[in-house]
Amino acid sequence: MQPTTPIIAGQPLAIDLRGLTKTFGKVIANQDISLTLREGEILSLLGENGSGKTTLMNMLSGIYRPDSGAIFIHGQRRDIRSPIDAFKLGIGMIHQHFKLVDVLTVAENIVLGTPAEKGMSRAAITRKIADLSLRYGLMVDPNRKIYELSVSEKQTVEIMKVLYRNARILILDEPTAVLTPQEIDRLFQILRRMREQGNAIILITHKLHEVMEVSDRITVLRKGLVVDTVERANITSDALVEMMVGAAVDLSLKRPEPEPDAPVLLKVENLCVRGAEGELKLNDVSFDIRAGELLGVAGVAGSGQKELCEKLAGLLPAKSGCVKVIDIDNNMNEVDITHAHPRKIIGQRVSMSFIPEDRLGMGLVPSMSIADNMLLKTYHHEPGPLVRRKPAREQAEKLIERLSIATPSALTPVRRLSGGNVQKVLIGRELLSKPKVLITAYPVRGLDIHSSYAIYKMINKQKKNGAAVLFIGEDLDVLLGMCDRVMVLCGGKVMDIVDARTATKHQLGALMAGSIISDSKKGEALA
Amino acid sequence: MTKPVIRAVQRTDIAPGVAFGFRALAIGLALCTGGVFILLLGHNPFAVYGSMLRGSLGTEIALTETIKMTIPLLVTSLGVTLAFRMRFWNIGAEGQICIGAIAATYFALFHADWPGWVLFPVMMTAAFVAAGLWGAIPAVCKARFGTNETLFTLMMNYLALYIIQFLREGPWKDPAGFNYPKIARFAQSAQMKGVLGIHWGWIVALVLLVLVYLYMRRSKQGYEIDVVGQSENTARYAGMNVSKIIVRTMVFSAGICGLAGMIQAAGANRTLTESVAGGVGFTAITVAWLSQLNPLAILPVSFLFAMLQRGSGFIESIFGISNAAAAVLQGVLLFFMLGCEFFVRFRLTVRKEGVSVHA
Repeated sequence: MQPTTPIIAGQPLAIDLRGLTKTFGKVIANQDISLTLREGEILSLLGENGSGKTTLMNMLSGIYRPDSGAIFIHGQRRDIRSPIDAFKLGIGMIHQHFKLVDVLTVAENIVLGTPAEKGMSRAAITRKIADLSLRYGLMVDPNRKIYELSVSEKQTVEIMKVLYRNARILILDEPTAVLTPQEIDRLFQILRRMREQGNAIILITHKLHEVMEVSDRITVLRKGLVVDTVERANITSDALVEMMVGAAVDLSLKRPEPEPDAPVLLKVENLCVRGAEGELKLNDVSFDIRAGELLGVAGVAGSGQKELCEKLAGLLPAKSGCVKVIDIDNNMNEVDITHAHPRKIIGQRVSMSFIPEDRLGMGLVPSMSIADNMLLKTYHHEPGPLVRRKPAREQAEKLIERLSIATPSALTPVRRLSGGNVQKVLIGRELLSKPKVLITAYPVRGLDIHSSYAIYKMINKQKKNGAAVLFIGEDLDVLLGMCDRVMVLCGGKVMDIVDARTATKHQLGALMAGSIISDSKKGEALA
Repeated sequence: MTKPVIRAVQRTDIAPGVAFGFRALAIGLALCTGGVFILLLGHNPFAVYGSMLRGSLGTEIALTETIKMTIPLLVTSLGVTLAFRMRFWNIGAEGQICIGAIAATYFALFHADWPGWVLFPVMMTAAFVAAGLWGAIPAVCKARFGTNETLFTLMMNYLALYIIQFLREGPWKDPAGFNYPKIARFAQSAQMKGVLGIHWGWIVALVLLVLVYLYMRRSKQGYEIDVVGQSENTARYAGMNVSKIIVRTMVFSAGICGLAGMIQAAGANRTLTESVAGGVGFTAITVAWLSQLNPLAILPVSFLFAMLQRGSGFIESIFGISNAAAAVLQGVLLFFMLGCEFFVRFRLTVRKEGVSVHA
């Protein structure tokens, strides 16, 4: 490798992993992994889903123990048997899913689980937290309750928790997945601040531009192996993708132009939906989608995306407002489906398909075969009391061939398939009914790059066939690169619907955080 | 760096032959362990095991009794299997057997003058409907209010039992019983006649076996049960009426258990007693799980259980081995049989420095 940058090169090693291997049954999650991390350095661990990043970090934080290999922390060989060991060694992990007690305050969450210090009063604790906040630029009021905080503030509390425990080595697992672009900027400032203070940081991610923005060095993993470790300054994004995927990949997104005067197929007017506790999850939502149009939906997780999808699919009752589909083959007849049963929505002339976010928990039955999963939406159409499995099996076999689904047979349980193939089965089944309206929620979540692009292609094909498509997404680059318009939700309200060809990521980020931008087409959003 | 540790790894796939081997090995080990126990009691294990076999299969009478014991176990296991496939934990088979028996007994006691071709269908229908409605109560509460069906069905067992006691002490007390609290023996016309030496409950059981198998594997409703059992969200997503499916399945599940009660009362006991269920409702849960909720496996497994129970009864009287010791033998066998399922599902891996060995 190239010589490292002078400032870091002289720093002592915080972590030195040598030949770590971890297997789960026949699956080799990590094989002979070696990497180093210096004090005052940010190392990005880059790799696709399933490349072994999280397993590796779980060995560092004491959740798993390696089958073989050695871990050196600050130059000494260590055996990390539990998260407590990791904590004693000053290793702090910030998980993707926060581990906070909602009803306690920030300060209470921070001290929770730390050994009691003699004579440590509440005031003293608050002072220590305030010191930390000042040193690293963390801005959260220690006296607020967790449930009052935004997602990014909760993450800040997680960071404060590990710093309070005097962690010098921080591991962040996909920390930006739930943040807006502005919040990501702020997080990176905090990380840089920590680096200046001499902390060692590992950032687990699969987002290239973040890697290029913040890291000093990058270690790329693929299929459980270290591909290479490179200096950020000496590498390009394209080269990183190639290392990550193993081949050059065309990352450009296509946006087929919809017909300019295509008719509206789905119309949502002033829709309000309540959540389990009676609170409004969707508040006065109005939009429409034309034939051949792709409407993206952006928003921080929990802004009403799930409720919107489930309402459209007939799984939730509406408090007020209406949902209409337009039958273009029948005199532009408007059909009100606000209160329709899911089966009616699936089966009507203007058919709608919904590809839910939770593939194995809602879209498919994991223990059933691909063939039996084909039956889910159609079995009740068959005459008589018996299920006919033969046509379903033939259909499954056709699907396997057409979408090149990797599976031993059509009788293989869906849970045995990889994420990308599971999604192909689900989308493939939903497209069999040739839907006029297609709803997709996070269709590429957890998929590798190849599968993601295969899914994008399938969605674009539906668009070209004249379907109206609603695309709930989380990657703003993808939303802006693929959609025709992007609707931004915040707290169940439509903040705005912007033209994806002209909008910027930061503009979307501001809307996601709840501020309305004056120069965009406000009238449409608030109609 | 790390010391060797044994850990369990979930198997992704297991050949049917290997799984069968594990189970055979488990039975073998259970017999050995039980043998040691018998030795400690001061008996010859081979003799004891031999008489267990003789006591359950050896003579025509023994075989007949074992089959008679199999019938309610088989029917009840079929019943609970339906609910279990839906992940509805019906622990109330015991009570459902009682209710079915009570409903059938009403017609046996007060309408014994009806011709057999009317009386028996009416008794079976009554047993099925009464137990089905009984089972619908926890199902409706679960579907409506999200109550816990395990506790609910369990507690309803006692209710059913006390209803029998009430009938025995009061309204249905045998007038010819010299004031002894018991329910009268059924009239000849209300007793199930023997076919091939055993009351015709066995025919009902086998017919039910085929019906339940077809229902679960071939029917739309059976498909719905599997989907709801796996994930209610998926069922709702597919437009299924989850509440309706829960209640309907539970009616069938409890109704079939009720039929077992009718068969016990009219076929085996020829009257209604408190012990009409006699633990069958609980044993059936074990049988259903050992059969992995597969109706075809329930037939041999329930027969094996009946053998075990008959055999232990037999050695009690022959060797003077106490009731409790016989129960220990049963427990040992069960422990190994259930325990081996762990090894069918998981593989143990021993970790050593630098290498990993699969055991």
